[in-house]
Amino acid sequence: MTNEQPAIQVTDLTVAYRDKPVLWDIDLTVPGGVLMGIIGPNGAGKTTLIKTILGLIRPAAGQVLIYGKPYAEQRRLVAYVPQRSSVDWDFPASVLDVVMMGRYGALGWFRRPGKRERELAFEALARVGMQEFAHRQISQLSGGQQQRVFLARALVQDAQVYFMDEPFQGVDATTERAIVGLLQDLRAAGKTVVVVHHDLQTVAEYFDWVALLNVRLVASGPVAEAFTESALRATYGGRIAFLEGRCSGAGAGEPRAGIVVSS
Amino acid sequence: MLNDLFADYTLRTVALGSALLGIVSGVIGAFAVLRRQSLLGDAMSHAALPGIVLAFVVTGSREPVALMIGAAFACWIGAMFVAAIVRTTRLKSDSALGLILATFFGAGLVLLTWVQQWPTAAQAGLDRYLFGQAATLLERDVITMAAIGLPALLILALFWKECAILAFDPDFATSIGLPVRLLDVLLTSLLAVAIIIGLQTVGAVLMSAMLVAPAAAARQWTDRLGVMVALSGIFGAAAGVIGALLSSTATRLPTGPLIIVCISALAFVSLLLAPRRGVVWAWLRNGRLSVMR
Repeated sequence: MTNEQPAIQVTDLTVAYRDKPVLWDIDLTVPGGVLMGIIGPNGAGKTTLIKTILGLIRPAAGQVLIYGKPYAEQRRLVAYVPQRSSVDWDFPASVLDVVMMGRYGALGWFRRPGKRERELAFEALARVGMQEFAHRQISQLSGGQQQRVFLARALVQDAQVYFMDEPFQGVDATTERAIVGLLQDLRAAGKTVVVVHHDLQTVAEYFDWVALLNVRLVASGPVAEAFTESALRATYGGRIAFLEGRCSGAGAGEPRAGIVVSS
Repeated sequence: MLNDLFADYTLRTVALGSALLGIVSGVIGAFAVLRRQSLLGDAMSHAALPGIVLAFVVTGSREPVALMIGAAFACWIGAMFVAAIVRTTRLKSDSALGLILATFFGAGLVLLTWVQQWPTAAQAGLDRYLFGQAATLLERDVITMAAIGLPALLILALFWKECAILAFDPDFATSIGLPVRLLDVLLTSLLAVAIIIGLQTVGAVLMSAMLVAPAAAARQWTDRLGVMVALSGIFGAAAGVIGALLSSTATRLPTGPLIIVCISALAFVSLLLAPRRGVVWAWLRNGRLSVMR
């Protein structure tokens, strides 16, 4: 795995539901070792983009490569954190059960998780500050705790590339800070992290790479280059207002704070 | 009655068959419930009826194995129709399930009525597949049930963790490379197996309750998947045996409704009284809380 090879390479990707295009001709290259936010309005196709990269949705056209090879050959390099609300948290399972699911891909058929899987799961739970909840039934968790459990499940996958769908959705401020810290640790360890995100205020603070999406890819690249006022206007259309003056020291092309999106 | 159970050969056969049916439908039904596919079981068990009658028309015999094969085919075709409708039309799955249930069951009733007007005697007793008749279970029927039911349970045990993750988080299961489509086909096939095992005893009309009620009851008592599935099998077996024995001894009532009454009572009690999840305890807790305030 050389550093020159991009972690994710998306070429000519088009996805449609029935006749309606959800993603149109996306070309996106993500270098290894960045922490990237995918930004865009509701219905822009952010979730669809990562689900298509992960092979959960079949594209109408286009190609996705993870470190130079199709996803099917690189599954072991990839971890996925779905939206918290996509599962039934009343499922009969403990926190430990859910985290160990992250090892199922590596375990293969017919083998049951054992001592090693439990140890890895406890380690991951410690990293998200949840080790004392290991035997808790998952229906008894708060939203932030559920999100941490999902993160721990991705951590035990021990991947190179992490995809996370709205990990900050409906979590408390403490959890949000803890998750951001964890994401930055992952990047510091050379991992690539892709996060579907919708809070424009925190983009520059959390991420070093950004993709602005609204069916088409409007811009992508380092935050300083791609996260510009004109690109944001192109992404959100007229539904965005920049509050000048609140961001002292920030240049015109650097809308760090005071962005208001009306929906 | 317990003495009869051990002395009487017929009763022993009936009890064994009903226990088998209860275990298989309880265990496999638990996964259907966790995957929110309770209604699929309902549609598939109703869809079995035309399969049974057609199998009789084709083979001219009431040989249970032939009828089971016909039922399995019809279950399968019904399930495939549901999937095809959801995929190709704008109907949601509940509408598709309702449509297939009614269409197949209606066709089954028409066929059954037609066949019963035949001047021969061979078709007599086909109507017991509507509400079940445990007293007609023979030893070889029980052997047939075991021969397809036990391998089904074994297969489920082999693919346990894959089925568990498919039930909890299918997107994640796909992302780690599990063949989710195939596993879905597998679980649907196992559901069909559970249904055809139950048809002779419980009948097409009420079989779905045998898939849903034991799991609903079991979920109340535990938060662990393995325990829940095991309990579901035990509850199913208990209801099957009690209902079948009641029906095949004094009362001469159809077995299916009796079994369903038993399992429903069990589910009702569980929903009300199970610690922590039971409705009654929730009332008590809330009452206590409001007193404390």
